[in-house]
Amino acid sequence: MKEILSLDHVSFSYEAEDGGTRRAVDDVSFTVNDGEWIAIVGHNGSGKSTLAKLMIGLLFPEEGKVKVFLEELNVDNLWEIRSDIGIVFQNPDNQFVGSTVQDDVAFALENNGIPFEEMVPRVHESLAQVNMEGFLDHEPHHLSGGQKQRVAIAGALAMRPKLLILDEATSMLDPQGRDEVIQVVDELKQTTGLTVISITHDLEEVLLADKVVVMNSGKMMLTGKPEEIFAHGDELESIGLDLPFAARLSRSLRQAGIAIQGEHMTEEELVNELWTSHFSK
Amino acid sequence: MLEKMIFGRYVPGDSFVHRLDPRSKLLFVFLFIVAVFLANNTATYALLLAFTLLVIFIARIRLYFLFNGLKPILFLIIFTLLMHFIFTKEGALLIDWKFIKIYEEGVRQGIYISIRFLVLVLMTTILTLTTSPISITDGMETLLNPLKRIKLPVHELALMMSISLRFIPTLMDETDKILKAQLARGSDLTSGTIKERIRAVVPLLVPLFVSAFKRAEDLAIAMEVRGYRGGEGRTRYRQLDWQWRDTLIIIIFIILVAALIWLRGGR
Ligand SMILES: Nc1ncnc2c1ncn2[C@@H]1O[C@H](COP(=O)(O)OP(=O)(O)OP(=O)(O)O)[C@@H](O)[C@H]1O
Ligand SMILES: [Mg+2]
Repeated sequence: MKEILSLDHVSFSYEAEDGGTRRAVDDVSFTVNDGEWIAIVGHNGSGKSTLAKLMIGLLFPEEGKVKVFLEELNVDNLWEIRSDIGIVFQNPDNQFVGSTVQDDVAFALENNGIPFEEMVPRVHESLAQVNMEGFLDHEPHHLSGGQKQRVAIAGALAMRPKLLILDEATSMLDPQGRDEVIQVVDELKQTTGLTVISITHDLEEVLLADKVVVMNSGKMMLTGKPEEIFAHGDELESIGLDLPFAARLSRSLRQAGIAIQGEHMTEEELVNELWTSHFSK
Repeated sequence: MLEKMIFGRYVPGDSFVHRLDPRSKLLFVFLFIVAVFLANNTATYALLLAFTLLVIFIARIRLYFLFNGLKPILFLIIFTLLMHFIFTKEGALLIDWKFIKIYEEGVRQGIYISIRFLVLVLMTTILTLTTSPISITDGMETLLNPLKRIKLPVHELALMMSISLRFIPTLMDETDKILKAQLARGSDLTSGTIKERIRAVVPLLVPLFVSAFKRAEDLAIAMEVRGYRGGEGRTRYRQLDWQWRDTLIIIIFIILVAALIWLRGGR
């Protein structure tokens, strides 16, 4: 499998107000391979956004190495590497640069000097990928949060990125907007094999991931497949993360002395386990 | 109240005027503003007024909509007119009724100045009514492009303008939200002395500024990660297209100026 991004013992500190420094990321290492979906979870201030900024060269590590597409990020290759990474941030309003949907989607294309003739089909194509092709001339204040985030994703897709980073892209949305966005990204991943790093508070979103990185106070606390992570339910709850409903219920059932096997992350899995649990005996 | 004001507002449409290139429109309006000062007699002022009304007609703007939206400005124009009637004391006495004395020159000057003012306001309003803010910005950017040579940051100014326009509704919404939040906390903006009212505005402005700075920071980051490095090497998604109608209105302008020069002079 081809490596897309790797962090190798990366640390970073911000300057604190008192003149000292604050470790925001402390000795973090992991690798992201082509076509994977990685979820990074952690409580507020655990260093998730700092990680994202390190990945896209808004910050440079104090120690360790950040490699993107097998190249170490530096000032010279920064812009070239960025043109292959799409990133969507939390606040739908604050990342909408253009005056209309199509202007916003074209923004990165303009910046990268893509000729006009190529821009038009790319804008249409990427809006179609996020089901927003009917909104070309809409202005941002007439769109819902979920629609704005999908436009932001289209803006990233227009550059045909190899990697899409979502930094809590769904956390300011209502449940419907959140579902729209997650569904779009999931579809993209299925159809185009896009590599996705999604930073989130939401453990339901984690279920879609191939691999999960749990951050706690700047350190990588756990990493593994979602089911492996949810096996550490107590630890996750102790750092303030909410387990998905099915996982919580499954744990409570077990604590109540009901014999069920394995971990259950979706309601369907749990229901299946419950109604078949007495057959095997 | 702001809803009704049309000065500076854009109403989409597809008239001849709407379809003009923003460059030709901007150029035309700018030159027209200069040309208005050529008028100095009844014939020339009448020509300007007739021409402006013709443009309104071609742009398919309803007169009622236009004048209703410009009410405050019309009020100002009528006020100027009356001031001239009352205070200019030259020429033959036209009306002498009790203490009111209106002289010929006053009437003439008043009407001239009012027409000049009216025509300027109407033309600029037609421009903004028929051209989207983005097009105006684009047009300005290309028209001012030669000034880059003298180190005028044309691209940056245009970008600043389009981002400001883009964020006006966002910040309006936010102001509204903060206002409601402060009202819910019992702040009172509508009564009290002026000093008290000004003081009540402070808790409105502070959160607004804090959030505007936060937005600016987020926006700068979003622009940077999307590859924004200034105007150098950038291509444009919005293409401007100079067509026959654009050349036509420049020719019309030249004819208008010729007519003005020919008609001006004696009374
Ligand atoms: N620009 C900055 N200057 C100083 N300290 C900062 C700065 N940005 C973040 N920090 C601090 O670094 C730590 C990690 O912040 P970071 O934004 O990476 O957290 P996060 O996991 O993204 O949190 P959230 O879930 O709230 O987005 C926090 O303690 C934060 O206060
Ligand atoms: Mg964050």
